[in-house]
Amino acid sequence: MVGLIRKDLLSMQELASDDIRLILDTAESMKDVARRDIKKVPTLRGKTVINLFYEPSTRTRTSFEIAGKRLSADVINISTSASSVTKGEGLKDTGLTLQAMHPDIVVIRHPAAGAAEFLARRLAASVINAGDGAHEHPSQALLDLFTIREKLGRLEGLKAAIVGDIAHSRVARSNIDGMRKMGIEVRVAGPQTMLPRFIERLGVEVFTNLDRAIGEVDVIMMLRLQTERQQAGLFPSLREYSRLFGLTAERMKAAKPNVLVMHPGPINRGVEIAPDVADGPYSLIPNQVENGLAVRMALLYIFAGGGQAG
Amino acid sequence: MVRGFFYALNVMAAELNEKAQILDPSAIQRAITRIAHEIVERNNGTDNLVLIGLRSRGVDLARRIAKELTLIAGTETPVGALDVTLYRDDLDKVGPQPVVRKTEIPFSINEKRVVLVDDVLYTGRTIRAAMDGLIDLGRPRLIQLAVLIDRGHRELPIRADYVGKNVPTSREEQIQVLLTEEDGEDRVVIVEP
Repeated sequence: MVGLIRKDLLSMQELASDDIRLILDTAESMKDVARRDIKKVPTLRGKTVINLFYEPSTRTRTSFEIAGKRLSADVINISTSASSVTKGEGLKDTGLTLQAMHPDIVVIRHPAAGAAEFLARRLAASVINAGDGAHEHPSQALLDLFTIREKLGRLEGLKAAIVGDIAHSRVARSNIDGMRKMGIEVRVAGPQTMLPRFIERLGVEVFTNLDRAIGEVDVIMMLRLQTERQQAGLFPSLREYSRLFGLTAERMKAAKPNVLVMHPGPINRGVEIAPDVADGPYSLIPNQVENGLAVRMALLYIFAGGGQAG
Repeated sequence: MVRGFFYALNVMAAELNEKAQILDPSAIQRAITRIAHEIVERNNGTDNLVLIGLRSRGVDLARRIAKELTLIAGTETPVGALDVTLYRDDLDKVGPQPVVRKTEIPFSINEKRVVLVDDVLYTGRTIRAAMDGLIDLGRPRLIQLAVLIDRGHRELPIRADYVGKNVPTSREEQIQVLLTEEDGEDRVVIVEP
């Protein structure tokens, strides 16, 4: 039998372009469900989805939760502030406890890179990585690809610029991989201190100047500036960062007139993106949130059957 | 690589031996014309009538019936496409999840006379799923069922209102409905391993 035969979704790296296409096509069908009067289908009746979040998150956690509920799964949220984790329980023991409850899917967000894989090796359930440290955030990359494809009708042959703290961004890493697989030409831009060494080996073009990076591209993807990085000395001040790498209406003049602007959220208004750009006509930020739900429904649907493939 | 259950079925079917041809192109055409006439007769015309085909060959059949209805009644009958994957009761049993295709019903089904159209009626489970799916979309006045082939072996209390041909089969046999729109030719055959 043919199909997406894989227990877990840990990274974009492990997906082939056909897998990505299957997920995006499935998400299109799921989007229809979200627009009906009765926004619920019985597909995952009797399945249990556990959302295990070791980092604060609004959109990702809510969107996985609603996605599960729309498919009739039982969804349990565990956030670390209100669980045994505060009593010092390690990931391994939490994993074993969860295993004893026989969930079908565990969605995990964790500050350490590799946490999702660590859990996946110990659980019979399918594990979906909802962000592990600076490593990967595959569902975000998939919803970004879905949003671009929906808006422009294709992915192949487009150009995208990813701007900001590339070195610490799991969104950037997953997107670079996903975009390249789907035939998008990728540029990255940011302060020298926030560009990983040898990043060009990923097949991207590197820029340290925003205006040059966003010229000729179809999509500009701004990354959230993690303000705690200032203490690490990666940039001198918010104002300085904003002046050089903040996307404002003025800076947009360097880009194509119909360029699309994306941001994974949460936004630092006035830092990496100006309010009038974030709320502007070319902004896809609200579409990204709406599509996140459809993509996560597709992932839960596909991976709920993945564990028993044979 | 990633196609799904239906693709796999087709691949399996392609490796089976053809045992007998049940319908040739003109017999399929006659069956469709007759079903269209019966639909008009049973519903006293085509007022408030909509056809909803089940992906994928049911949709092709629904379009053909709609064309006949236009010839008979002179008015256009809307055609929608329903994908029942999200309502199936065997998702735990088929291994990798089947591909979900789009449901496209660009009209309200509230208070409509809905004729569901599928190619083969077998266990009745697909039709059960289709009725659940439809009812999530609205409250039809009534639901009727039209199929090209009824091959028996029902597992649920479901029967068709309009049947192209009744074909007694064994469970080992398979019915393949080939339509020009999908397969490049019109015919119905029984195949077996």
